[in-house]
Amino acid sequence: MNSIRFLFSKDTWQEVYDSLSKNRLRTILTMIGVWWGILMLIALLGASRGLENSFNRLFGDFATNSVFVWPRKTSKPFLGFQKGRPVSLTLDDITNIKEHINGVRFAIPRNSKQALVKRGFESGTYAIFGDYPIYDQAKKRKIIKGRFINPIDIQHNRKVVVISKYIYKQLFQDKKTPVGQYVSIDDISYKIVGLFETDDPERGPSSDIHIPFTTFQQVYNQKNKIGYLMITGFKNYDIKKIESDAIIMLRALKKVHPKDKRAFGSFNLGAIFEKFTGFLTGMQFLTWIVGIATLIAGVFAIGNILLITVKERTKEIGVRRALGAAPFEIKRQIIIEAVFITLLSGILGIVSGGLILIIIDYFVGQGDDAILVNASVSLSVVFVSLIILVVLGSLIGLIPAFKAVSIKPIEALREE
Amino acid sequence: MLQIKDLHKSYAIGDSSLHVLKGVNLAVNTGEMVAIMGSSGSGKSTLLNIIGMLDEADSGSYVLDGLAIENLTEKKAAVYRNKFLGFIFQSFNLINYKNAIENVALPLYYQGVKRKERLELAKFHLKKVGLEKWSEHLPKELSGGQKQRVAIARALAANPKLLLADEPTGALDTKTSHEIMDFIQHLNDEGKTILMVTHEEDIASMCKRIIRLRDGVIIEDKEVKQVRASQYV
Repeated sequence: MNSIRFLFSKDTWQEVYDSLSKNRLRTILTMIGVWWGILMLIALLGASRGLENSFNRLFGDFATNSVFVWPRKTSKPFLGFQKGRPVSLTLDDITNIKEHINGVRFAIPRNSKQALVKRGFESGTYAIFGDYPIYDQAKKRKIIKGRFINPIDIQHNRKVVVISKYIYKQLFQDKKTPVGQYVSIDDISYKIVGLFETDDPERGPSSDIHIPFTTFQQVYNQKNKIGYLMITGFKNYDIKKIESDAIIMLRALKKVHPKDKRAFGSFNLGAIFEKFTGFLTGMQFLTWIVGIATLIAGVFAIGNILLITVKERTKEIGVRRALGAAPFEIKRQIIIEAVFITLLSGILGIVSGGLILIIIDYFVGQGDDAILVNASVSLSVVFVSLIILVVLGSLIGLIPAFKAVSIKPIEALREE
Repeated sequence: MLQIKDLHKSYAIGDSSLHVLKGVNLAVNTGEMVAIMGSSGSGKSTLLNIIGMLDEADSGSYVLDGLAIENLTEKKAAVYRNKFLGFIFQSFNLINYKNAIENVALPLYYQGVKRKERLELAKFHLKKVGLEKWSEHLPKELSGGQKQRVAIARALAANPKLLLADEPTGALDTKTSHEIMDFIQHLNDEGKTILMVTHEEDIASMCKRIIRLRDGVIIEDKEVKQVRASQYV
């Protein structure tokens, strides 16, 4: 009760203000250490968060837990088969994987091929994909007009195509509404049924033309074969485990030697992504260490300066004690000065760190190809650092506080 | 008001110890104005410090206004000092970044008096020492005599039972010294008990009683006819 009144009394803060403003320059110099520490912490944490966000945007949500598997040739003889036998995947294999492997959210067959795409006098060579409607669920994109491939397209091997805005810009110089128009892919005419937002310009147009899976099989004479398999796991499953489970299962299904490492190729986007995020986590960890170390150094500087101040104020403290200040009141005053000065420099550091993040956001955080996306720190980081500051400030304030009352008033008052 | 019996105090200096007070007996009544005299090293400052509870005796008893001053913790001493004693120092010891009125109000701050009330009381006491116009001035903007008057107002602010002055005129010229002494005499006239340490005979003669110390014992304790300082002003 008493201490709460102390904290809210005008006198307390008047005393703090008086003693700190008495030597303004020194107070400011003292504050620089903590200010810089917090500024670094905020700016670096914000920047690494921005980098993380930009990675996330680049790879999309699905990337964090996706793996690609494709068939190749066997490298070991097995069950009477010679080595070098080509392996192929079928839709049944995919159903098996989806049903029998834990944690598989989507198992999506795809085919792809480079093809010449023409519309009138405009043309270009692009990668085209044979897809099932489910692909749209695994890798969500923003449909601007029309729709994605639907089950009826699959059932009837319809010659329909969904293109990205990027392709649209290439082929539709006349800016005509794309849906309902026709383009020719390898000299076969397809009707455009949907247009979606190009999701990441960094990776170019490679995945931007989709036709029904069955149409692809029929047109390119793939029979029952599948180009590759994209497996997406549920969030809390280990994508590496899913990858190895799937390959073990495929080896068994396709009568491939259990140790034949070359029969199936795979690319684990999730694992790669994990490395990236691991790197980012490491960077954040380092930032915390460097930031807190700087903070501690800054707080020590404050303690040091307060110690000098106490020495200079020996006489004043002696007078105060002669006038009836109890040792506790003297200590309390010095600790509150320490906490106040730490907290003030911390808050200034947070504000200027925030300003730096705003400036970063303004210059490199705008647009689709931003290096840092939404570079920011969470409120919890701010609170944690404020709490650290208060704790460190009061701890460091203890040293000058005890120094101040260790001098007896009679010694403090002794005439020179 | 104040009874001291067989007070001893020694300080350790390296391996040897210096016996400063060797059995001091002293009684002071309310309304007295006492000068403690003695050459340097006679123990007069030590005695004043013990009376001021800034220091503690090794043995002997000290009773102030019926209250035995013993086993002082720092906290207890602070409370007693604040309640019973007013200090006036040779070098004024004003807090240099606080203006006159805030300096005067400081003892009241440690008594827990509310700000408004405190400043009013401080204003009253500043007026008493004739410095109400200087209340917003910092110590460095005041002359020596004015500073000492602010210090006196500060010593009076908490309405102490006993005023302790350690060479109150030591840093002042003769004319200002006499002004300050005149002021202190007036306080005594109003009934304040005053104890001061000085080594100037003419200042001592302005008190009502002179105690002389030598080598830690009282060698003379006599009442004197008070010389009024007002005749010099």
